[in-house]
Amino acid sequence: MIQLTSLSKVFNEGTVNENRAIHNVNLSVEDGEFVTIIGSNGAGKTTLFNLISGNMFPSAGKVVINGRDVTKDPEYKRAVYVGRIFQNPTLGTAETMTLEDNMTIAHYKGCKGLKKSLNRKLRNYFKEQLSELNMGLENRLKDNVGLFSGGQRQALTLLMMVLSKPDLILLDEHTAALDPGNAQMILDLTLKYINEYRLTAMMITHNMSNAIAYGNRLLMMDGGEIILDISGTEKQNTTKEVLVEKFAEIRKKNLANDELLLSP
Amino acid sequence: MLEGILVEGLIYSLMVLGVFITFRILDFPDLTVDGSFPLGAVIMAVLLVKGVNPLVCLVLVFAAGFAAGTVTALIHNKLKVPNLLAGILTMTMLYSVNIRILGNRANIPLLRTKTILSQVIGAASGIIPEGITLLLFMIFVVAVVKLLLDLFFHTDLGLTLGALGCNEQMVITQGVNPEGLKIIGVGISNGLVALSGAFAAQYLGFADVNMGIGTVVSGLASVMIGEFLFQSNKIALLTLRVIFGSIVFKGIMYLGRYYGYYIKMTPNDLKLITGILIIISLIISKNREKLSLLRKNNKKGGVMK
Ligand SMILES: Nc1ncnc2c1ncn2[C@@H]1O[C@H](COP(=O)(O)OP(=O)(O)OP(=O)(O)O)[C@@H](O)[C@H]1O
Ligand SMILES: [Mg+2]
Repeated sequence: MIQLTSLSKVFNEGTVNENRAIHNVNLSVEDGEFVTIIGSNGAGKTTLFNLISGNMFPSAGKVVINGRDVTKDPEYKRAVYVGRIFQNPTLGTAETMTLEDNMTIAHYKGCKGLKKSLNRKLRNYFKEQLSELNMGLENRLKDNVGLFSGGQRQALTLLMMVLSKPDLILLDEHTAALDPGNAQMILDLTLKYINEYRLTAMMITHNMSNAIAYGNRLLMMDGGEIILDISGTEKQNTTKEVLVEKFAEIRKKNLANDELLLSP
Repeated sequence: MLEGILVEGLIYSLMVLGVFITFRILDFPDLTVDGSFPLGAVIMAVLLVKGVNPLVCLVLVFAAGFAAGTVTALIHNKLKVPNLLAGILTMTMLYSVNIRILGNRANIPLLRTKTILSQVIGAASGIIPEGITLLLFMIFVVAVVKLLLDLFFHTDLGLTLGALGCNEQMVITQGVNPEGLKIIGVGISNGLVALSGAFAAQYLGFADVNMGIGTVVSGLASVMIGEFLFQSNKIALLTLRVIFGSIVFKGIMYLGRYYGYYIKMTPNDLKLITGILIIISLIISKNREKLSLLRKNNKKGGVMK
């Protein structure tokens, strides 16, 4: 599905503010995998997503999606098969437009023409899909999305994303801005869609229990590198404590190595 | 007099529709307008003098305006220049271009030339009074443009254009190139502005390279006045509101011109008045926002449909 080869991203290269946000990352994600990603603030998780989605271009390395080298493709081109959801629920929808207009824009991805897609048939299809959210949104097709709550908007963003049938979805702390109840609802919905549509998914979260409970592979990032990559039974049997321990262990090792390098 | 205000308001409403598209729908404050308005006027004038078919003239005028908008969008897209600066660049360059089009002159009279307006008036003369003919014809023109725009903004492309000004990230997420959309949006806007200039030249009986000064500001004032008339999130009502705003603005300007001398005002003060109108509108809408925030009524005055 996706292969990242020797991927690096350096911000402000050659200045005092030089920052290696992603450092020589190699990663291969298979079709149907659900990868959870944890790591401290500034570990480079969001930057990794930015490089995969094409929001930023890497300083070095290659991004291959579905066997195609997309390293130089702009974000809007990759967006046709890569779905992305942000922490901020307002980023997924246009708030000054009605629900049905938002869904019309999203119902197929890519170049738009002078066709008027929104008709009774499409409206009914939208209603059907919306009613599965159990939020009563199916009766609010003509309301501006700006009137909806954060949880409703994030649920809508999820729905709009899966309706466009992406191959890969990137979820960046997409429940972090919501209250606990809504966060759980969105998480359940995410899981439902991933299973239903057999999506390949990568999910960044700061909630370690979620990272362990959900998905079939877990990555831990630190300092722009993937320092832990577990899957299968190893992941199933891991606990928060084990992860914290491993994190300390690996970091100490790194520190020791750095000191070795720095000493004359 | 009333007919005059209505006709002028309608002619300029084509320009205001353009300003509405960039400022309100695209969130792309575009100053190309001050150059593309006279661009439409001078092209129309030159072509009419040459005896070109009026309909062909209108098509060429729209195309030229669209091209001017494309230049602005390209400067903004490719050189990553802020949209305000991109517009100022194109506007400034257009000044020279317009003089070139007139053959190194600053203006051209149209009084003896057959124009679309003069032909329409001629065809109806003796049956309908001149002012009424003009008014009916301009209502027809503006209605056609408005309906076409409404149709456009209901297409998939039009809807996506509507989302661009509100949430560019969403447009990208939906797999659409925002740079292409900006060319289309700013292009259509300036095409309309040029059409407005073309009709203004016929109405005034001349085209002048300086006739664009202050156009964008008066367009913005008209848009803002319209926004006081009613609220809606339906595009058909929003475009209607723009047209009403343009007419009301012309009415205010008329009052300023004819009754202003009571307070020692001259026509030269009109631009000052226009600016003050915008400032007052801004103050009112700002206080309105505060009020509605107080009322916890976060109903948005939306842009689309
Ligand atoms: N556009 C940018 N310009 C400069 N530096 C950046 C930029 N984006 C991210 N960085 C830097 O890159 C590093 C990694 O940031 P990133 O946003 O990827 O972290 P993260 O793992 O997502 O953190 P968080 O958990 O806080 O979201 C940080 O040091 C950050 O300051
Ligand atoms: Mg982040």
